Amino acid sequence: MTQPLAPPPKKNPARRTPVPTLPPAIRSRAALGLALAAAQGRFQLQTCTDCGAVQYPPRDACHRCLSTALVWQDQPRGAQLLAETTIHASPDPYFRERLPWRAGTVQLDAGPVALAHIHGDVARGARTRTALMLDRAGQGVLVALPEQETPHMQDDPALRAMGTHPSHRRILITDARAPEAPALTRALLDAGAAHVFLGLAERWRPFPAQPTLEAMKNVTLHPLDVTDADSVIDLAGSIGGKVDILINNARHIRPGGVITGTIHDASDALQKGALGLMRLAHAFGPALSARGADGVNSAAAWVTVLPAQSLAHDPGFAASTAAGAATRALSLSLRAELRAGGIRVLHVHAGPIDDDWHQPLPPPKLAPNALARAIVQGLEQGLEEVHAGDVARDIAERFAQNPALLAREMEGGA
Amino acid sequence: MARQGYDGVVLAAPFTEPYTRFSNETAHWWIARALRGSLRAAGLTPRDIDGFAVASFTLFPDTPVALTQHLGLSPRWLDSVPMGGASGIVALRRAARAVQAGDAEIVACVAGDTNPIDGFRKLLSAFSRFSLDASYPYGYGGPNASFALLMDRYMTEYGASRADFGHIAIAQRDNALRNPHALMKKPLSLDDYLTARPIAEPIALYDCVMPCAGAEAFLVMSEDRARALNLPFARISGTIERHNAFADDPIQLRGGWAVDVDELWQMAGMGPPDMDLVQTYDDYPVISALQFEDLGFCPKGEGAAFLAARDLTITGDLPHNTSGGQLSAGQAGAAGGFIGLTEAIRQVTRTAGPTQVADAARALVSGFGMINFDRGLCSAACVLEAPS
Repeated sequence: MTQPLAPPPKKNPARRTPVPTLPPAIRSRAALGLALAAAQGRFQLQTCTDCGAVQYPPRDACHRCLSTALVWQDQPRGAQLLAETTIHASPDPYFRERLPWRAGTVQLDAGPVALAHIHGDVARGARTRTALMLDRAGQGVLVALPEQETPHMQDDPALRAMGTHPSHRRILITDARAPEAPALTRALLDAGAAHVFLGLAERWRPFPAQPTLEAMKNVTLHPLDVTDADSVIDLAGSIGGKVDILINNARHIRPGGVITGTIHDASDALQKGALGLMRLAHAFGPALSARGADGVNSAAAWVTVLPAQSLAHDPGFAASTAAGAATRALSLSLRAELRAGGIRVLHVHAGPIDDDWHQPLPPPKLAPNALARAIVQGLEQGLEEVHAGDVARDIAERFAQNPALLAREMEGGA
Repeated sequence: MARQGYDGVVLAAPFTEPYTRFSNETAHWWIARALRGSLRAAGLTPRDIDGFAVASFTLFPDTPVALTQHLGLSPRWLDSVPMGGASGIVALRRAARAVQAGDAEIVACVAGDTNPIDGFRKLLSAFSRFSLDASYPYGYGGPNASFALLMDRYMTEYGASRADFGHIAIAQRDNALRNPHALMKKPLSLDDYLTARPIAEPIALYDCVMPCAGAEAFLVMSEDRARALNLPFARISGTIERHNAFADDPIQLRGGWAVDVDELWQMAGMGPPDMDLVQTYDDYPVISALQFEDLGFCPKGEGAAFLAARDLTITGDLPHNTSGGQLSAGQAGAAGGFIGLTEAIRQVTRTAGPTQVADAARALVSGFGMINFDRGLCSAACVLEAPS
């Protein structure tokens, strides 16, 4: 039985904040395939296209037939726990701070045998369900989970150490006016978030969700205009040390092509999207990075909400998707910078949302509720890449298959 | 085709450079000390050797090639043996064939490693690609955790108890108390063993070796040369070597010895009961038990019980790891692959001094090396015999 996490005590300012350490991060190029699968919550192993052998650890040639034609394929998640140990001594600083640590050997239904982190609710010799998850270093690792859900299972020390679950954490949503903000706030609180801060630009301008948000418990609205560096710095000065997860959902989506769109909209899209991310990173990044190991409510994640078309331009939304692409590029660099502090950067690619600015577009469109759910699930599962909605999933799949072909298709209005 | 024997080739001049827990010297220094010690024991100079085999983990950025210039050697036969716990026997096998074929007349086989503060962690951190990719990220217990899984499985599968393994460790400590160079100098009781602090369950403190600095060396030459030099020597009755055996076993409960054990005893013309002493690779007691099983002393799964019923001390009915082995003398990197071999040569040449087994004439030495991911990949064994 997993002990439920107790709410963390108030931070003692006289005590030193522990310096974040990371688990071993060096991997071979082949082994990075584990991180790619884990980033999306998939369970994939390296497979030989010539003889079909599934192998682990990842290699550069097939251990059965020496073929070098190796691909990553989804595999069954079942496994049998063959042996286990509880480690009480480690020369590695990260694990040393987290001992004792349970690890074991699992016989995967997919074929190979592997070492894995073992969830506390998995009994000796039991059947387990394995997952590939990202650890604090941002690397993909195998975790043997109980076959069935168990109470408070997300509070297991191993999962908490590697995950980004919202429970007990304080979360900043940068744009209270975005259509998904109320549903997202509700979903985060339902997932156990301790507090939700909402950023609100131009506070004098009312918006429909304001009364709902103001009435919610453990929710506060704060002046925040991501296009204004002073505003961002002011807010960071007041709550920066208490933000454990930052969800940057500020974005400016307007229809229009390169000829038919306005420079004004393009500038707004870049200011609010790409440069807004940079202002937020300047103001909140250092405190996030420094608090990556700060107990139960350690800083854990940065979420960037992106238009699905940040992977490929949409001529109907030229400036907005260009700003999306710029935001994505900056956020990828931010991911590398924040990784040193153990902070995960989650990209949520949102298909066209069902709002005024996408009004003439045909379905499927993404309900704000669905986007909110996708963000929270991404955090609960500790992912790096989430594609919310059918359009976003479709674009991601086509992007993975052939980016040039996807670009052509987008030009045709697909 | 039956394998050719090792007639006419012998081992001589075993030398152990006393180990230290930590050292600021380099592997080069340790290897030089052991080589010099062995050559002095044989009454030779560096110019007299024309073959050189080296095992070391801490020579970086050098290799044995650079070592020739560093130490002023000019061999016509040079080998690097990266096989950890199997490196002593593998070096012996290669050197013996070189001498037999005339490619070299005298081969010095040397293993040495240093151990600065924090050196063991650094050594581990770049040990192998599979370790980096698939072992260290899971709690970074190092070899302790890898062998804890093996021991956990072994105990579940065969019903062995921790006390059975304690018997092995305790006997070795007893032996080590006679070895003035052993790092462990206090007696070990079963109670000490059973109540020791856990390291990686079921492995506790006294299942583990102490990483240290040290070096070992011996010479391989023709029997005629050894006689001319008036050196005591040991003959090689049989040897085997195997890598990545039983790759499909989900957890390693047997090693490569089980593939080749019949050939070993056939070649030696003797069997397990003929051995006056046994030197196994003892990074953990469970591994020693595995070797007794795979080398034919008892059936699979009965190793721990078989050993628990024997007296494994120097004066016992089955003397085992007579210098204290790695568990009590220390694990000096790749020299851990030589420690049993140099001691066995001393034993059958009756030069072991305080650890001498009375009337020792035949010894089995076993090597086991290199946990690449979840198991040791290299296994080797040899039977040594005193000249009749």
